[in-house]
This record gives sequence, C-alpha cells and structure tokens, in this order.
Amino acid sequence: MKTDVLIIGGGVIGASVAHQLAKYNLDIILVEKASDICMGTSKANSAMIHSGFNIDGGTLKGQLVLESNKLIKQLCQDLNVNLVKPLGSITVGFEETDLEKMKKTMENGIKNGIQGMKLLDQRELHEMEPHLNPDAKYGLFEPETGIINPFEYTIALAENAVTNGAKVLLDTEVLDIMIENKTVKGVKTNNGNIDAKVIINAAGLYADKIAAMVEDIDFEIKPRKGQYFLYDKKWRDILTYTIYSAPTKVSKGMIVVPTIDGNILAGSNAEAVEDKTDLRTTSQALDQIYASTISHLFPELPRMGDVITTFTGLRASSTNEDFIIEPAKTVKGFINAAGIQSPGLTSAPAIAARIEGLVRDQHMDLDFSLKANYQKGRKPPIMLVDLAYEERTALIEENPDYGEIICRCESISKGEIMDAVKRPIPAMNLDAIKRRVRAGMGRCQGGFCGPKVLNILSKELGISPLEVTQKGSKSFVLTSKNKELSLEEGDRNYEKIRV
Amino acid sequence: MKKSEYDLVIIGGGPAGLAAALEAKKNGVSKILICERAPHLGGILNQCIHNGFGLQYFKEELTGPEYASRFIEELENSDIDVKLGTMVMEIRDDKKVIAVNREEGMFQIGTKALILAMGCRERTRGAITIPGSRPSGIMTAGTAQSYVNLEGYLPGKEVAILGSGDIGLIMARRLTLEGVNVKGVVEVMPYSTGLIRNKVQCLDDFGIPLLLSHAIIEVHGKERLEGVTIAKVDEKLKPIEGTEQYVSCDTLLLSVGLIPENELSNNLGCEIDKVTRGPVVNEKRITNIPWVFACGNVLHVHDLVDNVTQEAEIAGKAAADFINHKMNKEEKDVIVTHDKNIGYVVPQHIDALNHQEQTIKFFLRVKNPDEEVRLIVKDNFNKTLLNLKKTIVEPGTMVTFNLSREFVTKDTSSIDISITKEQAQ
Repeated sequence: MKTDVLIIGGGVIGASVAHQLAKYNLDIILVEKASDICMGTSKANSAMIHSGFNIDGGTLKGQLVLESNKLIKQLCQDLNVNLVKPLGSITVGFEETDLEKMKKTMENGIKNGIQGMKLLDQRELHEMEPHLNPDAKYGLFEPETGIINPFEYTIALAENAVTNGAKVLLDTEVLDIMIENKTVKGVKTNNGNIDAKVIINAAGLYADKIAAMVEDIDFEIKPRKGQYFLYDKKWRDILTYTIYSAPTKVSKGMIVVPTIDGNILAGSNAEAVEDKTDLRTTSQALDQIYASTISHLFPELPRMGDVITTFTGLRASSTNEDFIIEPAKTVKGFINAAGIQSPGLTSAPAIAARIEGLVRDQHMDLDFSLKANYQKGRKPPIMLVDLAYEERTALIEENPDYGEIICRCESISKGEIMDAVKRPIPAMNLDAIKRRVRAGMGRCQGGFCGPKVLNILSKELGISPLEVTQKGSKSFVLTSKNKELSLEEGDRNYEKIRV
Repeated sequence: MKKSEYDLVIIGGGPAGLAAALEAKKNGVSKILICERAPHLGGILNQCIHNGFGLQYFKEELTGPEYASRFIEELENSDIDVKLGTMVMEIRDDKKVIAVNREEGMFQIGTKALILAMGCRERTRGAITIPGSRPSGIMTAGTAQSYVNLEGYLPGKEVAILGSGDIGLIMARRLTLEGVNVKGVVEVMPYSTGLIRNKVQCLDDFGIPLLLSHAIIEVHGKERLEGVTIAKVDEKLKPIEGTEQYVSCDTLLLSVGLIPENELSNNLGCEIDKVTRGPVVNEKRITNIPWVFACGNVLHVHDLVDNVTQEAEIAGKAAADFINHKMNKEEKDVIVTHDKNIGYVVPQHIDALNHQEQTIKFFLRVKNPDEEVRLIVKDNFNKTLLNLKKTIVEPGTMVTFNLSREFVTKDTSSIDISITKEQAQ
C-alpha cells in the first residue's frame, strides 16, 4: 500500500488533519491501533470548547486555542456537529485569595481578546446559578466557552475525510518507521507496510514513542490522569453555565459542566502516571473530587446513585508542557503533533491548519490542488429524537426499523443502530455504537439494550454473538453457548472465595 | 399523527399491567389498551425460567413464563387490545399518550385513565461507582439472565457476584447448573438482601459462599475482566485496610438493587417518593394526578410477583371505578407515617371517605433484620388499630398486612405504623 500522507492516530488531531488535507488531491491514509477512532485522550475529557480566557496567550497552545475559536463554529456547521457556543463559564471562588486570582484571570482574558468578562458579586453569582453552594462568594463570568460532543466531533471529521477519499485503517498499529536518505519512506504496521511521502505523528499518548522511531527526541509524553463523574440527565437543570472551581497551580480548575446531550460532567483531578494504559478510577480520587469540587460547588449532586458512570482520561502532556507542532529536526517528511493536552480538543482546527503549512513546507512533490468534487460536509446520521413527530412517522413508514426502540433510556431505534454499522467509519462493537448513537449511554448503561445491540451487531457484521466485543480486541461479552461448559470434561477449577 | 381513543391505557404488559387490565375489564371498563415495548407480553417473567412463582396467588409453584401465561391466556380471551413492540414516548397532561412502533410510526392515544406499570431497572456499576478499569465481563445479573435464558449464551466461566439481591442469587444457581464456577456472592450489608429461600436454595444448596459485610473495591483487567479485589467493610460500610483479597474471575454480575423506571411519570409531573422511587399513591394506587394510577415495580420494588398481581388488581379496580364515575367525589386524606425501623410504607396516604373496599392493603419494608417483633398500627388518637406478631422481618422480604376499613373514620387524620421488639410490649 502507498499514500501521499500517512497520519498516525485517529484522535481528534489525526481526524482534523485528515479532514484538513482531504480537500486537496492527496492520497491520505489514517492508521489507528484501536478498533475505532476517538479512543484515547479525545474520548475522555471535559468536552468543552475553551475560549482561551484562562490560558497564557503567549504559548503555542494559547495562540492555537484563540485561533480555533474563530474556526470552530463554521466547521461544526459544515459537518453537522452539535456545538453550543457561546454558552459561557463562571469561575467560582470562596476565598478572598480566589478573588485575587480571578482578577488576574480576567486581565489575562482581556489580553487574549475575550470580550464581555465580568466579576460577579455574591448576589449576581447566585442569581445566575441558584444551585451553587450558598457559601460561594465570588464569580468570574466569561461569555465564550462552549461545549461539544468529542465523539461526534472526531467521528464527523474522520467521516468527512473518508467521504473525500481518505482511508481509515482501524486495528492498525505502527511498529516502525522506514527512513531512507534522511527522508521518511513509510511505516511498518501489524497489517503490512505502507509507503508514504509525509508522515504525521498524531499518536497522542504514544507520540513520543512514534517520534523516537525517527530520531532522538527531547520530549517525553507523561500522561496526566484525570477522573470524572457523569451524572444522570435529570440533574441537567442544576446549572446553566460551565462552572470552574477557582484555579490552582496545576490546573485551570476543576469543572462541572453540562454536556451536549444533557448530562452533567464533573472533574477532573490531575495525577502524573507512568502507565499510558492506566485508565483505572480510584476511590481515593473519586472521593476527593466529590468532596473538593462537586459537593463543594453543588451540594445537591450525590456521590453515587444518579451517577451514570465514572471514568478516567489521560492527558497527553509533554515534558515541555506546550504543544509540539513541528517537523522532525533531522529527517524530512515527518511532522509531530505531540503533547496535545488540554485545550487540544478546542485547538484541533488550528493545529490541523498549522500541520498543513508544515506539510507544504516539506516540498515532497504533493499535489495541493483542490479536489474537484470536494464535499465540505457529511451526511449527518438520522437522530429520531431530534425530529418532529410527523417527520419520524414518515421515516418509519419508509423504514420500520426506525420505529423499533432498542435503547429505552435514550429512545434509540434499531434503524439508527443499523445505520451506525453502515457509516463511512463503521461501528464494530458495543461501545462504538454507544459513542455514535447513545444506545447504552443512558441510566441503565446498556443493561436492557446490550443483548439487543449485540444481536444487531452479530447480524449486521455477519459474526457470531461470541465474537462481538465491548470495545474491540479481546473484550468479548459472551464466552460460550449454554451447555458447552457443563459438557466440558477435565479438571476445571471450582474453587470458591475463602476468607 | 394517527389518533385513537381508549377508556384505559396501561403502560407495560408485564405481570402488573396484565393483572391491572384484567381487573379493570372485570369491573366494566370497555376499551382497554396495553402498550408493551417488548415483542411479547409477560415482561421480565419471560426470562425468569426458575420456579417459585404463584405460591401465594395460585397456591401452586410455577415458573415465570407459566405464571405470565395464566394472565396472557385470560387476556387473549378478552377484548383487551394489546400493542406489542410499542414504546410510550410521552404522557401529556391533556390525557394523551404518544407512542411509537414499527407499523404505525408515532401515534397518539387519548384516554380517560392511565395505569403506570413500566417495572424497574437494575442499578449499574456506574451508579455505585465501583473503581478500577473498565473491561468487558461486568454486567447486571438481569442482563446475564437475559443472555443465558433468552439468547442461550453464557457470560463467562468464573463468576463473582456483587450484591445478594434475588436476581443475583437466582443467577448463581442458574450459572452453576450450566457448569460455570460461581466463586461467591459479595454483600456489603451484614445480612442477605434477597429472600431467605433464595439464599438457601441458590447458594447454600450449591456450596456457594455468601460473604456478608464485604465490598468489591476494585475491578481489574484491560480488555476482559481478570479479577476483583474484595475487602471486609466496617459498620459504616467503609473497606477495612488489610482485609483486601484478590479474586480472579472473568465475569462480575451485579445484583445491587432495582430502581422503578419513572422517567415518563416524572415528566408528567407525578410526585415521586424519595425512598421507594415510585409515585406517591393512596390505597387505590392513585398518584397525585387523579387519572393516573401505578402498580407493580414502577411503584415500589416487590420481591414476589404474587404481591405485584394483588397490587395491580387494586389499581385496575380503582381505575375502573374512576372511569365509571364510582369514586367518591370528596376525599379526606389520612397520612400514613412510620417509625425509623421501617424503610417505607405503600400506600403513603389513604382516603378516609373511600368505602369501596372492606380492607386496605399495606406493603412495607423494614430497614434492618429482626426477630420476634410486633407490627403495630395506631391512629392519631393513639388508639391501636392492629397488633401483629412477626417472627422474622428482614429488608429482603416485603411485609404485607390488611387493615380493616372500619378503623379509618372521618375523624382520622393520620395512622402510624411501627415495628418494635416483642419484649418491649
């Protein structure tokens, strides 16, 4: 296989770069080692579009987040992606010292060109967010922050690239990078070699490992782990804006925010870890986040019960603490997009534009003429809950599968689930369905619809129910047919728990 | 949108909906419709292939599908309409129900009265925030029951079960019979939360240990579950350091509680009891909305289907009385209170002017197990209306009793229910 541009990593950065370059007459292949795109840092974060009011505008990430704020609305409109922007944020403080920090943050925001920021007194603060802890004294309002669904966004970017001819290869891991005469030649993967003129390293947590295949590097990706609570939709009305706790040295502050789909997301702490696969939640961290932030800001939110799930995200932070968006120093045709921690989701469009510039600068005999039949949008998936009743009826008449509700918590039909399997980037497992159409995302967490979705996947993919996975690889849901174990001969272990 | 009119719409065709429909029919309601989201009537009973159903109601031991079929057969011989594969999307306060199915798309049903019988769902891992990684192989006991009994597939080979709820206990036995090694049931409380008979017949008879006052404090495994860490807990249910133990297993089933599914009722404006998580009702199972009734697990979680049937018959009869204008025009609310040993009582209030039935049926759950106690009912004049001896009470087994209607007069403003130690009397 050969291509002009090979992108390593199917997170929001890889997908944005694919989307950015797909408008030109370039062959593009994106490789992703997981069984779906949006499986790393892009999947588990605050799902916010940061305005940049609380970020140092002098850093690269500061510049890019501000640039992206000018691009994101049009982009989401083109791609039929739900974006709520402006929504606005309030930073909440309890102490005099918080107020001092807020004043500094406000100065920073003004310097970054954010208009309409305002310090709030206690009365204003509680008028705007009546469910806040009554002890909260100070507020800093900022109007530009938005929210987005990172799965929908990343998938839309990649789907648009595929619609415009890019190839996305899932379950494909780069094992080595081939270099000749100080110029990249291609990659070795578990699925064979791919020749490429330019390679983009958007490997997220593994960007250091990929970059080190090319040359000696002066950075490392040190994951910073953050844990989150996701609350039931019935708590949606507890807040209006995205809420920051007062910032600390290591974090912009913890957040309690509404999601695009009407849940409440709260977190996250920051803990440096060595293991890039450490996605464990811990009771210590959850207790601490709950006590220090969630119940401190919104005392009504419970520790458990109305929690849909808790999860961990790993920020792909580099030892330089800023984005690294630059070509390799000693090898031609290799470009790093590394160290993309927060606000990476927001910065993606500007990062992709920078990457395009860097690709052009490589002078690798690439055809940057615009595609004649370029599609700037994508055909959006049908979401019945967004449609008027009459429109739903018309669709159901055409295809009765849209009238068969599979996921009762989120009202998702069989037709929508089958569509997800047939999209440009097909959903191949239960979690992939969940990220695309929300079946299993609700309060029963797939308890009722799981067996039904598993059957649909089995039929649509032409595989046995035993081969259907939760999230790709070996994450099988079922292990054997009934009776097979009881008929098994030999020395099976029947040991019980002993205390 | 297609429109139709009924006298009574029942949401849910499980045991509650079936019995309510039949009882309403017997009491003279002519146009009745059951909306059932599954392709079959019977609800969760269809996957409960074990026996033990109907001992009270039919005085014989039936399996879940057999129990349901008694009602389904009777229903098939009646003129009650049923829409299968039909999901109710919205109940509007102008007595219109919006539903969807394959054949009719979105459609509207007008009704005079409505019975909520949507059942309950299982509490998830997310809801109790069990820490650790997020591998496959973790599911609720009911989901496992559906895979095994309806689909014919096993969820694993080495199973740990968290929670001693009835479905977990039933699945411990079911999986053992399939050759699965059920390594034990871990229960955070110091007592089993399921029925005593299920502990005996599903765990003790198969040598499966029940670890009381233990919790699962972490799950392990990146793709498929590899094991769990269990620990003993103190009286505040906090894990005790040094008691951690790793248990290897490829499957974790959760049987940690059931939650009435009241999203439709909530959106309609039904007042919800914080403890039962079902609507607040009076003895006729009327919610705070006069044309809306509730019964079965959507009202409060039952351990015996026989009780569901009895409760559904109350709701079905009351809905019929409402439709046929047989209800007393005026009501006098009597509040039902209880002492702190009791978790909840249904109904939460009674109508002193209702003289349709001779007895009032109460359901309650205690908070802690106890032996040799007395159940005492007093009114606001401190007069003892009822004094019953109970040999054993425990949270996993609902306590039911009848109170004669004659004790509630127009002067009664509240009645109080308490459970106290025998010797205290």
